[in-house]
Order: sequence, then structure tokens, then C-alpha cells
Amino acid sequence: MKASHAGFTGVMLAGVLLAAGCGGSESGSTAPAPASGASSAAAGPVNLTFWDWDPNMDKVVALWNDAHPDIHVTLANPAGGDQLVSKMITAHQAKNGPDIAKVEYQSLPALVSGGVVRDITDLTKDTVTKFDDVTLKSTRFEGKVYGIPQDFAPLMLFYRTDVFKKYGIDVPTTWDEYAKAAADLHKKAPKVYMTNFDAGDPGWFTGLVQQAGADWWTTSGTSWHVDINGAPSKKVADYWENLVKSGIVQKNPSFSPQWNKQMNDGTLATWISGAWAPAQLGGIAPATKGKWAVAPLPAWTAGDPTTGIWGGSATTVTTDSKHPAEAAQFAAWLNTDDAAVSAQIENINVYPASTSGRSLPPLKSAPPFLPNQADYYDVVGKAAPSARAFSMWGPNVTVTFSSYTDAFGAALQSGTPFSGALDKMQDATVADMKKLGFSLS
Amino acid sequence: MVTTAATSRRRSHRLPYLLVLPAVLLFLLFVLAPGVYALVLSFQARKVTGGLLGSTSKVVYAGLDNYRSVLGDSALWTSTLRMVAVGAIVIPVTVGLALLFALLLDTPRARLVRFSRLSIFLPYAVPGVIATLLWGFMYLPATSPIGGHYVDFFGSTQVFFSVANICVWGGVGFNMVVIFTALRALPPEIYEAARIDGASETQIALRIKVPMVLPAVAMCTLFTVLAALQLFNEPNTLKPLSNAISSDWVPLMKIYTDAFVNADIYHAAATSIVFAAGVLIVSFAAARMVQSRADLAGKGE
Repeated sequence: MKASHAGFTGVMLAGVLLAAGCGGSESGSTAPAPASGASSAAAGPVNLTFWDWDPNMDKVVALWNDAHPDIHVTLANPAGGDQLVSKMITAHQAKNGPDIAKVEYQSLPALVSGGVVRDITDLTKDTVTKFDDVTLKSTRFEGKVYGIPQDFAPLMLFYRTDVFKKYGIDVPTTWDEYAKAAADLHKKAPKVYMTNFDAGDPGWFTGLVQQAGADWWTTSGTSWHVDINGAPSKKVADYWENLVKSGIVQKNPSFSPQWNKQMNDGTLATWISGAWAPAQLGGIAPATKGKWAVAPLPAWTAGDPTTGIWGGSATTVTTDSKHPAEAAQFAAWLNTDDAAVSAQIENINVYPASTSGRSLPPLKSAPPFLPNQADYYDVVGKAAPSARAFSMWGPNVTVTFSSYTDAFGAALQSGTPFSGALDKMQDATVADMKKLGFSLS
Repeated sequence: MVTTAATSRRRSHRLPYLLVLPAVLLFLLFVLAPGVYALVLSFQARKVTGGLLGSTSKVVYAGLDNYRSVLGDSALWTSTLRMVAVGAIVIPVTVGLALLFALLLDTPRARLVRFSRLSIFLPYAVPGVIATLLWGFMYLPATSPIGGHYVDFFGSTQVFFSVANICVWGGVGFNMVVIFTALRALPPEIYEAARIDGASETQIALRIKVPMVLPAVAMCTLFTVLAALQLFNEPNTLKPLSNAISSDWVPLMKIYTDAFVNADIYHAAATSIVFAAGVLIVSFAAARMVQSRADLAGKGE
């Protein structure tokens, strides 16, 4: 028995060390290094790496590579959205980030604050004249340009024409009408819901509070003011809490297998989403091609065209890039060249950020997944000028957003007030900014 | 002749060191070095300095600030309690089922032993994330083939069992094989003697087999405890499917969120160190307990 005990102790020790190692090294580990072409020699073509999660972006990059034999861009898709932000921060710490990366507007200040994204003001003097000020506000802070806007995504109401017709529901134009339609629909068809309150992705909710007039972050001089739990946000939270409590709106998160099925089989009749939705719907609900239509977001006061924004991205150049001039040149081409922007409209269904891009010929036809809506980009184009963003995204949006998921998830799970979830978000955001040393007023 | 003997003796002295060298190197490289790095990080903090966005931020020495905020963080303690709750289900059920299956497969009347053994072991070969995605589909009402319409698998209490179920499903097979192997190593004469004495199969299983494979059972328990402490994949993969799992549901998820979502790698490092210390204490305590049990069993024999 003695010998086997010695072996046993050894195994135990190894196990213990293994566990300790996994706990201890958690923060020391880094994301796998990307295939990076940034370290090319001076001679020969310049190689650039581009991180982007748009479906079909490879077709657009191929256009560039055909026309620019001296600057080769390699596309990689390591992750999308917030996960890509995490990967960029990690890669920056390991000094092996990409040269160019797609960044959603709300994440840009955090990446600037973390020193991941480069100030490209001097490289984009001509390029910025091709955008209006409202759009540029998302990538220009304190007079410095940190990215070239790619697309603009006003919040719209997508609805199932077949479901609405079957149950005799009119397209709601105000939130009052939306709530009434939701109650009416669920009464006529108890298995059908107007939509779901998504606690998983904060993007749609921030769009809704923007429409209601909230400004979560404002600045004066170099100090910040955080107002996440102010009156406009609470108005939106109370409205949805009411719909959820009445049982006429589902409460499971979006972008899950459950949600995909519900979107596909008509359990959910509307989707409040960004103008990029037609490109995503094909993957979410493949059986519903031609069954969706778009309408302006319902208003708080009848006739008010104000809407919010969900997402929208910029093309950025990283501080790690050894070829910032070439990288900026690509970013400018991607978002202002007519051929490049047209290719993006056709392949990725973006609503362009650049002023001239908004009158390109491909915008005259319907997106492939909504063949029934020839005036799709007209409707979006009419909403775009009234889209209201926060005056600026905060420097720690990831904290606010992960707090949204936790706080609203808990509120839905245990039936506590939504306004309390907003208070939690406010506290988490302020605490983090204080800890980092931002000045708050 | 004398010199050759001396050299060979010296060489044989060196051999053990040479054999453990790869393990030691890997340990230094992938456990100790990152551990030390985490320790260094845990005493630092990022502070923004000028400008609205503080893009000229710098890393400063923070003393024990990170540790103070970690220990005062109620979210960490709540997440630890959740981990313990899942562990309280996973550990006895996994080891219990593994022992039961091993004993059943070891009975002389067992049929289709190879097939059954492989079937029970197979889930272990499925990576945790994939297993969780599979179970996730089965739990969600819209896609559930196992009654998700009637049972809310993501209810506030049920979610603990839903997570534990995935861990058990993936863990039983491995432990079953360990215990089964130990059973097979027992000399058959003992059973013969027992049968001559008139013992039934159940009596043989409970009175002879179980006490004799107790060291293997103890080792399985320890492995399961360690796995439970590292709970991460299952809840983290289930998180986007429901509102029941928060980003700090278990300690490792909290560390992950702090480091890679909230970009505060320093706070995450301090949490890691505190957590690793806790894990070490618990592991040694568990190892002690398990070994003393095994000792008792050995003496009983």
C-alpha cells in the first residue's frame, strides 16, 4: 500500500499545481497571435493585416488588392463586435495587433483611451471632408481623428408583413400604438409576441434611450458627466418593464438558437434593429426572405422623426502598425471610393457613412433579403438625418455594457424594476471611471 | 573498470533529472512564469493622466489596492458560493455514478461491456464548449426535445442543476474508466473465495470491491473537486442563451470579464492570485482528507 500511496500523492500534487496554474495564469495568458504581415521589409510590397467581421468583406478587399499591387491587405476575422475589442486590447499588449481594424463607434473611445488606436488626423486631412459633422462626431474627439466612418445605422422597426396582415395589425407609428398592437397581437394569437426584450445586447436599448433624449456621457473641458439613470432612460426602461410584466413581450435574449427559431417561425413579429439588419436576417431566419418590411421607429410624440443608432463602425489604424500611412490610405479608400462603397452596399448591405456614398446607384435597389422593399434605402435615408447619438461614448463602454447584460438579465430573471438595473449601470460606470482616474463632474 | 563503473553510476544519477526536465521546463514556462507575471500585475494599476480620454495613461504601482478591492468585492464571494453550489451537486453525483457504472460493468452477468464502456466514456471526449452548446439547445424551450416547454431549465434554481448536469455528463466517463481499471486489477481469487463463502454479487460489490477500490475512488473525487473549482466553460457558454447567468457567475468568469471585457487586467490578476491561493488550500485539504480515508481503508484491509 505504501508505494501506491507515494504515486498517489504525486498525482495529487500534480493536480493541485495544475489547478493553481490555471487559476493564476488566467490573466497572464494572451489570445493566440494573429497571422500578421505587419513586419514586412522596406523593399517589396507593403503587407497589411485587416481585422473585420463583415460577411463578404473578402470581395471588397480583393478589389483593393487587384488595384494596388504595392500594398497588399490580408483580411482576417478573429471575432466580431465587443469580442474583437477584447482581442485588440490583448493583441496590443502582446504588440502583435493588426494594422487596420473595424471598430464599432461605441468602442472607439475605450480603444483610444487604451492607446490601441492611432491618431490619424494628419493622414486623413482630405478624407474627412467627405463626411458630415454628425457622422464624424463618432470618430473625432478633441479635434483628433481616430478612424474613418464605415457605415451609419439608424434604429428602425422591422416587422413581419405576413404576421401583421394575418392578425390585422397596423404598423405602429408611436410607442403607444406599439404597446396597443403588442397587446392586440398577443390576444389574437397567444403564441405570438410583438418582440423580445433583449438583455444580452445593449445596442438596441442604447438606441432607444438616444431616441428618448438621454445623453449617457457628456463632457466639459476634460471632465466627464455620466447620466445613465436619468429621466429619459428611466422612461424607456419603465415602458419596456410594463410590456414584459404584461406578458406581451418575450424576455429571452436575442442572437441565441431560441431567438433564431422564434424569428424564423413567426413567434416574434417585430425586430427593433439597426439599418444593417437585412444582411443579418438571412443567417438568423433563413425561411423569412421577403416577409420583412422596414418602418421608421415608433415615436414618443406622434410625428417626431427622431430615432437612435445601433452600432455603426469605423475603420481604424492601430498604434502597432508599422505602415500607418498605407493603412490610412486603405481605410480612406474603403469608405470613400465609389467602387469600394458600392461593393460594400451590394455585398454587406451597409448604409454608407460618407456623404457621396449615400447617393450611389446600388442604394436604388432592395437588399437581397428584402426583395419586397425596393425603397429600403429611401426609408433608411429619411431616418438617418434625425438619428440622435450620445454627444460622445464614454471611455469605458465595455463596463457599462457588461453591466447592462448582468443588471437587466437579473431584473428579467427575478422580476425586479428595470429602473434599478439602470442605477446599477450608473454605479458600475462611475466607479470604474473613478478608479481609472477620469475626472467626473 | 573502476572509472567506468563510476561514470555509469554518475550517469544513472543524472538520468532521473533528465527525465523530469521536460515536465519541470513546461511547469516553469506555463505555470510558474505566468503566475509570477500575474503576481507582478496584481500590484499595478492603470491610471489615466491628461486629456479627456487619457490616451497618455500609465501603469503605476498600486500597492495592495487591488487586493483590498478584491476582498471587499461581494460579487466575488457570491460567485464563489455559486461555484460551491454547483460543486456540491457535481462531485457526489459524478463519483457516485462512475462507481455505480464501473461496478455494473464488472459483474459477471454484464453484457455488451465494451460497447457500454465506450458509450459511457464517449461524452468525456466531447470538448466542454461543444457539450454545452448541445445541452443548451436541449434546454431552450424553442429547440428542446426533452421538455423545455414544461420545465424552465434556466430558472433561478434550476440553472444550477442544468450546469451541473453538463459537468456530470462530461465527467462520469473518465472517472468510470479509472475505477473500472482498478476493479480489473483486483485478483479474481478473492471473488472465488467470497462466492464459496456464499456471498451474493451485491455483497461482493459492496463489501469487497468498493473498499478495495477506495483509493481510486478517492483520486476520482479529487479530480472532480479540482474540475469543479475550475468551472468556467459550461456557464460561460450558456450565458448568451438566457438571463440566468451573469458575467460573474463563477470566479473564473469574473476574472475573465475583468481582464478581457472590462480591460482591467490588474484587478483580474489580483483576483486570480487570491483565487489560486484559495484553490491551493482547498486542494491540499481535500487531498489530505481523501488520503486519510484511503489510509483507513488500507488499514481495514
